[in-house]
Amino acid sequence: MMSLSLQTVEREIKRADLVQMYFYLKLTRALEDRITALYRQGRIVGGCYTSHGMEAIAVGYASALERDDVIAPFHRDMGAFLIRGITPGEVLAQYLGKRTGPTKGKDGNVHMGDLKRGILGFVSHLADNLPVATGAALAFKIRGEARVIFTGTGDGGTSRGDFHEAMNFAAVRKLPVVFFCNNNQYAYSTPQRLQMAIPDVVDRAKAYGMPGEIVDGNDVAAVYLASKRAIAKARAGEGPTFLEFKTMRMHGHSEHDPAKYVPAELLEEWKKKDPLLKAEQLLKQLGYGDEAYFHEVTERVKKEIEAGLEFAEQSPLPEGQEVLEGVFATEDEVES
Amino acid sequence: MTTTTAQSEVSYLEAISQALDEEMTRDERVFLMGEDIGTYGGAFKITEGFQKKYGEWRVLDTPLAESGFVGAAIGAAMMGLRPVVEMQFADFISCAFDQITEVAAKNHYRWGAPVPMVIRAPFGGGVHGGPFHSECPEGWFFHSPGLKLVAPSTPYDAKGLLKAAIRDPNPVIYFEHKFLYRRIKATLPKEDYIVPIGKADVKRKGHDISLITYGAMVHLALEAAELLAKDGIELEIIDLRTLIPLDKDTVFQSVRKTSKAILLHEDNKTGGIGAEIAALLAEECFDHLDGPVLRIAPPDTPVPFSTPLEEYFLPKTSDIVSAAKKLAAY
Repeated sequence: MMSLSLQTVEREIKRADLVQMYFYLKLTRALEDRITALYRQGRIVGGCYTSHGMEAIAVGYASALERDDVIAPFHRDMGAFLIRGITPGEVLAQYLGKRTGPTKGKDGNVHMGDLKRGILGFVSHLADNLPVATGAALAFKIRGEARVIFTGTGDGGTSRGDFHEAMNFAAVRKLPVVFFCNNNQYAYSTPQRLQMAIPDVVDRAKAYGMPGEIVDGNDVAAVYLASKRAIAKARAGEGPTFLEFKTMRMHGHSEHDPAKYVPAELLEEWKKKDPLLKAEQLLKQLGYGDEAYFHEVTERVKKEIEAGLEFAEQSPLPEGQEVLEGVFATEDEVES
Repeated sequence: MTTTTAQSEVSYLEAISQALDEEMTRDERVFLMGEDIGTYGGAFKITEGFQKKYGEWRVLDTPLAESGFVGAAIGAAMMGLRPVVEMQFADFISCAFDQITEVAAKNHYRWGAPVPMVIRAPFGGGVHGGPFHSECPEGWFFHSPGLKLVAPSTPYDAKGLLKAAIRDPNPVIYFEHKFLYRRIKATLPKEDYIVPIGKADVKRKGHDISLITYGAMVHLALEAAELLAKDGIELEIIDLRTLIPLDKDTVFQSVRKTSKAILLHEDNKTGGIGAEIAALLAEECFDHLDGPVLRIAPPDTPVPFSTPLEEYFLPKTSDIVSAAKKLAAY
């Protein structure tokens, strides 16, 4: 895992892009903290999965994509939803089971999808969306489109057969897809050493003849640049890449889970590597931002989230009988 | 590859081939994926010559990974293509069960993205395939909202239903019966046609007993009906053709007329489609029934290999005849 030099960041990433990534890091953190608070107050029912401490992954990779590209995200990729245009209000409506959420109350929390915004809905069966993503990439290749799909799962998800079937198929056909692993060291309570007999998930890529790279998942600049490289390769027809983003899950699997199985010293160690702290250090070093600016962003983000919460709370719940709608698609929803 | 020629007879297998060929010509979004379907033309040669005609990327040989390529079909469908994937044998569909029931079936309901794709599943016994090459897995999917299931019994329906399935905006599992591949032939219309999904077919009119079935069992039922007619018992045979959405109207209409019903299928008995239809008849046609609703289906065992075992396992005309005679006595 290489550490980026300041010069590299300055040369390779536009100031506006880096500043925007910082904004989305802050927005993600604040939004998920708000969601967690609502959950603790009992105002949100169901699961509550956050990307706390891992925000740089989704923010970094989603910032590296073009508008026409597509994502099939992991369930700790809130930043990617926001960057692709799902508003905090829609996210909160989704969590509150409101009709204005992307799934109109049919599904909850991070299970959001929207074809118009290039987001394939998350499936709880981890790694299920990896074969689906290869199919999207196949469609791009068949039609000769210069589009890329970015997809991934956690360290645990890489144990599923679907992970391997997707990696293999994509490599055989050189499909324009980038795979990532959010290696946050725990799959629910299971540590990586009980998940696999290899120290680095990236080693899995070798079996498929696929290039792989280990990336500091808490450094948004590193995630962004590694993603950019992999996306460019995929777009150029050079096939898939596997990126292992090393990070640490700082909360439980879901907010109900105190995660006592994680050693306290491990969390202490990773707290120092917090992606927001890192980003702020970077912005300061580059002269792109100072404490006053960070505070201003905090206020801006807070306002956006409170406005979103108001929208979500005022939105109607679905009527019970809406359960019956949408089992099948109708002719007018597809091009005939 | 079969070319469409008017008036000449085509087999059930050729009808499937024709449907694929014509749909691929009609709509460039249609493409095929599966194991050994390209160079080799498929285990049953349904796509023989297709790769030469349509190229490697529209007739795509996949790695041996059903979940992987069904998942890929889902993704391609969401991006606007019309994939048709081939299970080499329907039995192998279990490897893709998760992708079909959790991803394809729930996708539109959860977040509104249609998944227009077809999974071709060569199913059924009578071909000495044993436990892994003879299964009728439709019951597994019958219980999964969001999927359409079709099971043609004739070359006409095989072609028309496959075309309808390819044009449908939803995931459709197309159960094609291996026993029928080369055993039945028919003359098909020259012009383009579809058989609408969701419409059963009254294969034989009769006023004594309604026999409701699908797939290869339709032919067994027709044979039994001829034998029974000699004894003055007239069966009305309903070929469901589509299992989901079930054409309840046609079924109820027939049973309300005959007041008696036999359900026949090749899938094993417990929790099969016959069980669901029996329950529907109890709910909707109770006042019209003059006798018990009977089911004829194989025992709850895997499909066995050895000839006497498989013969014992599969329903026979004599099973239908004795069930009908029993029911006629009411």
